[in-house]
Amino acid sequence: MFKKVLIANRGEIAVRVMRTCKALGIHTIGVYSEADADAPHVKMADEAHLIGSARVAESYLNIDKILEVAKGTKADAIHPGYGLLSENAEFARRCEEAGLTFIGPSPAVISKMGSKIESRKAMEEAGVPVVPGITYPLADAEEAVEVADRIGYPVMLKASAGGGGIGMQVVKSGDEIRKAFAGNQKRATDFFGDGAMYVEKYVESPRHIEIQILADGFGNTVYLWERECSIQRRHQKVVEEAPSSFITEITRKKMGEAAVKAAKSIGYKNAGTIEFLVDEQQNFYFLEMNTRLQVEHPVTEEITGLDLVEKQLKIAAGEALTFSQEEVKRDGHAIEVRVYAEDPKTFFPSPGKITKLVLPDGEGVRHELAIHGQSVVTPFYDPMIAKLVVKGSNREEAIERLQAALADYQIEGIKTNIPMLQEVISHPAFRSGDTTTNFVEKYLKPLKKANK
Amino acid sequence: MSEVVASMAGSVWKVLVKVGDQVEEGQDVAILESMKMEIPIAAEFDGTVKEVKVNEGDFVNEGDVIAEIE
Repeated sequence: MFKKVLIANRGEIAVRVMRTCKALGIHTIGVYSEADADAPHVKMADEAHLIGSARVAESYLNIDKILEVAKGTKADAIHPGYGLLSENAEFARRCEEAGLTFIGPSPAVISKMGSKIESRKAMEEAGVPVVPGITYPLADAEEAVEVADRIGYPVMLKASAGGGGIGMQVVKSGDEIRKAFAGNQKRATDFFGDGAMYVEKYVESPRHIEIQILADGFGNTVYLWERECSIQRRHQKVVEEAPSSFITEITRKKMGEAAVKAAKSIGYKNAGTIEFLVDEQQNFYFLEMNTRLQVEHPVTEEITGLDLVEKQLKIAAGEALTFSQEEVKRDGHAIEVRVYAEDPKTFFPSPGKITKLVLPDGEGVRHELAIHGQSVVTPFYDPMIAKLVVKGSNREEAIERLQAALADYQIEGIKTNIPMLQEVISHPAFRSGDTTTNFVEKYLKPLKKANK
Repeated sequence: MSEVVASMAGSVWKVLVKVGDQVEEGQDVAILESMKMEIPIAAEFDGTVKEVKVNEGDFVNEGDVIAEIE
């Protein structure tokens, strides 16, 4: 096992990784920016080193500086956390060149899974379902109709260079494609300077369900069930739970096996997550693979009883997995909510000084924190300041415990999304498990209008 | 006269108008940046920019005046 690990991250995930390192007797090396001198991860680290100014490009993304600290402190390995440099193949490669173990998969795998087209091709080759569609530009409307007839309506007509919803249109028939094609192509050319158009199957009322996998260096790959992460705002997850109340045991097994097949086919090693879109008929399609630990990993830990950071460290240190697929536990129900420093209605960031912090206690309640009672939440980083994780023997009990915990959760001095979280979990649609990716638009926005 | 105020705390990433400019309702006056999000701040009335109260790089709190429009 490693003696010294550098944690190249900040916030709650740096604290989370250090906690397991300490339990394993590993010396922890923290890094921080000028804005984070007072942050919990700096206090928690056995030693902490200033690496630059507040801007991430000059601190947490500064590969040279981080490697310099790693060398100077004689670290054996680097844990990248999530975000920041965690899916940066160049960073993983530079770690290897410097003789440090990067706790994650190989640079080649990170790079392959980081490309939309490459990862889609790899999954198709491995026999993992992808959203039906094409990966070459369409010649004209007639070709679009031909492809759409083959994959079935509705389809999404998409501009290759599009983004933010621009250049995308749902079409329900060949006639609609003929009407929409030229206009969309022109708009794509005007907006993005690229008129390349594609079609893919439109997945209606999708859910975002992902499979956690672990793979060691000896060919053992297991799946640790799923996480349901459909409730999002601004394409960022807000509520995550395990298991999913939507999929059947048959779908669960199929998705898990597909994820294992996907991981094996690309030679994946360490912890990873395969995200799928799941439609109303429980068809599932590969979305992307995250080659790192996820924000929402605690819900998997709660139902499996495993410590995912410990597994990451052991796999990276060359140890084999000590359990088989059949031995992976699934016990109870866990829900995580992300506490963001933001306006609960507009979702605009709300940095500032925290004047009061009271954390709820109770059975099954777990906290992951990036703040303390006098923290200044700066405008430089992600607005997530804490995670609240609860576990119950079933979904109802978990929701009840979460409701009680949120009612007792007090943060003053800044605005947080806690009222929005309360609204989500007490909504009848959430209670009944009707959690699709448009949950916030569908249920919360109209409610707010009705309340005015 | 009306004030254009910051709808969130953050730093001023870009100032898009100068004194004397004609602006229309809904036109962006400045773009704020906070926690990896860029939020445009728009004028709520038509008018002429009388004063710009911030510089690029300044930190503003929610409710701070960015510009005055006549």
